[in-house]
Amino acid sequence: MNKIIKRRPKHLALHKIQFPLPSYVSILHRVSGAVLFLSLPLLLLLFDQSLRSIETYTNLTEYMAHPLVKLPLLGLMWAFLHHFCAGLRYLAIDLHLLPTLALARSSSKWVLAVSLALTVLLGVRLW
Amino acid sequence: MVNRIVTGAHFGLRDWLVQRVTAVVMAIYAVVIVGYLLMQSSFGYDTWAELFSGNVMRTFSMLFLLSLFYHAWIGVRDIVMDYVKPASIRLLIHVLVILALVLYTIWSVQILWGL
Repeated sequence: MNKIIKRRPKHLALHKIQFPLPSYVSILHRVSGAVLFLSLPLLLLLFDQSLRSIETYTNLTEYMAHPLVKLPLLGLMWAFLHHFCAGLRYLAIDLHLLPTLALARSSSKWVLAVSLALTVLLGVRLW
Repeated sequence: MVNRIVTGAHFGLRDWLVQRVTAVVMAIYAVVIVGYLLMQSSFGYDTWAELFSGNVMRTFSMLFLLSLFYHAWIGVRDIVMDYVKPASIRLLIHVLVILALVLYTIWSVQILWGL
């Protein structure tokens, strides 16, 4: 007896499946949080050096003037700002301030836009 | 029989609430500090050191950092519970994270009070 090979359609068109925008905001919230946690020793070290004395402060500012140092710090700033904005959105959701799907989607657009814009603005200001 | 894992969340609602309360504390502190710094016409070591010289500012900075470390603990624990399944590795990561955060707390006190 021959076994019938069943060719069932799978209906999983991966190239057509897309994350909705809130999913990106959500996973970026997690990623940025993890990045910020891992950078804690570095950030505490910077804080320590900035307050210790005028010499360590001056050394730090000279060190941070280097583009190869500034760029990762700008990345960290984005991580903070995204985590901040996405966190505010979650607080708003907890307070039932964004009750519809349309509001959930538009607010996630705002989170991405505002955190990027603030990164650029603060980046220009500090560069 | 209750099958509770030793590396579970234990108190879901309390941690959920702590995560939000610490977030609000940090948000207020961050907005105030950034606003203050942006309002300064000139900036240097003097302005920076002066800002953290008062005991009130040191206290609220410590409150910010404690909120940060507690917030980070809950966040990291959630991530670990999602992706790391074996209880032994989970426990190891949890212990390392807690130790790191306690050390950061001691370090924060030393930084803020210039020890």
